[in-house]
Amino acid sequence: MTDDHDHGHDHPHAPITAAGEPPAAARARALEELLVEKGVITREDVRRGIDWLVSRSPADGARLVARAWVDPAFKERLLADARAAALELGLDPGPSPVVVAIENTEAVHNMVVCTLCSCYPRGLLGPPPDWYKSLAYRSRAVSDPHGVLHEFGLELDDEVELRVHDSTADIRYLVLPRRPAGTEGMTEEQLAVLVTRDSMIGVAEPRVPAAH
Amino acid sequence: MTFAPGQRVRVATRTPRGHHRTPGYVKGKAGTVARLHGKFTNPETRAHGGDGLPRQELYLVAFDEGGFRLYVDVFEHWLEEAE
Repeated sequence: MTDDHDHGHDHPHAPITAAGEPPAAARARALEELLVEKGVITREDVRRGIDWLVSRSPADGARLVARAWVDPAFKERLLADARAAALELGLDPGPSPVVVAIENTEAVHNMVVCTLCSCYPRGLLGPPPDWYKSLAYRSRAVSDPHGVLHEFGLELDDEVELRVHDSTADIRYLVLPRRPAGTEGMTEEQLAVLVTRDSMIGVAEPRVPAAH
Repeated sequence: MTFAPGQRVRVATRTPRGHHRTPGYVKGKAGTVARLHGKFTNPETRAHGGDGLPRQELYLVAFDEGGFRLYVDVFEHWLEEAE
């Protein structure tokens, strides 16, 4: 793409597309240029949004899970309204209107996908991993979820019901994994270290504590 | 029409032009209402400059896939009563 196209507006700016840029990235950049030019958003808004997103991490979700493991009353509040529970711990659940926590038990294992795009509880887990956005994960999670879990190294017992949640609309799902055995004496802070991002997506179990 | 948890529903098979958030792989399938999430703006008009109003009830619908259960969020205007 060259920079000498016929402009409908009169101002200088850098080339809208860069060599080798994927089409979606070029489109996003073009949209950003237009939104800024029309005064809908500012560069500072964009920068703040990116800063917020990359400042989020699975450590926040892990704090929620660890608290739920040690405090049954908090767990009930988390399952009833995860957004309110996050705010209670001083966490920022982000702009998603509703976050729903889904609990793994002895009988039920949950995993989360967004087949349409990449909906994800970003406020509590940070940016989604690349595989979560891949066509392979998005299509196979709803057609061969046991096969996907197998590739992640997770084999469910035959009697466990597997539930796959496709976040197709306004709800963001966070899996509340099962507390690992052998963690009875651990503090909330120690437990939080065991809670991985993947265990809150539902493709893995939490870490097991290091042997003493 | 409002549906209740436990009620059998079928996902409509239409394919409207423009944005909609009902995945093709559940269209025509029968499932069971698992939960009502509340009302949310309609992404089909919001994606094309509209305000998304009136808000639409959003349902968590469970589908038995044999070997696992699939839970999908489906807006009310995509659901029909099933036997």
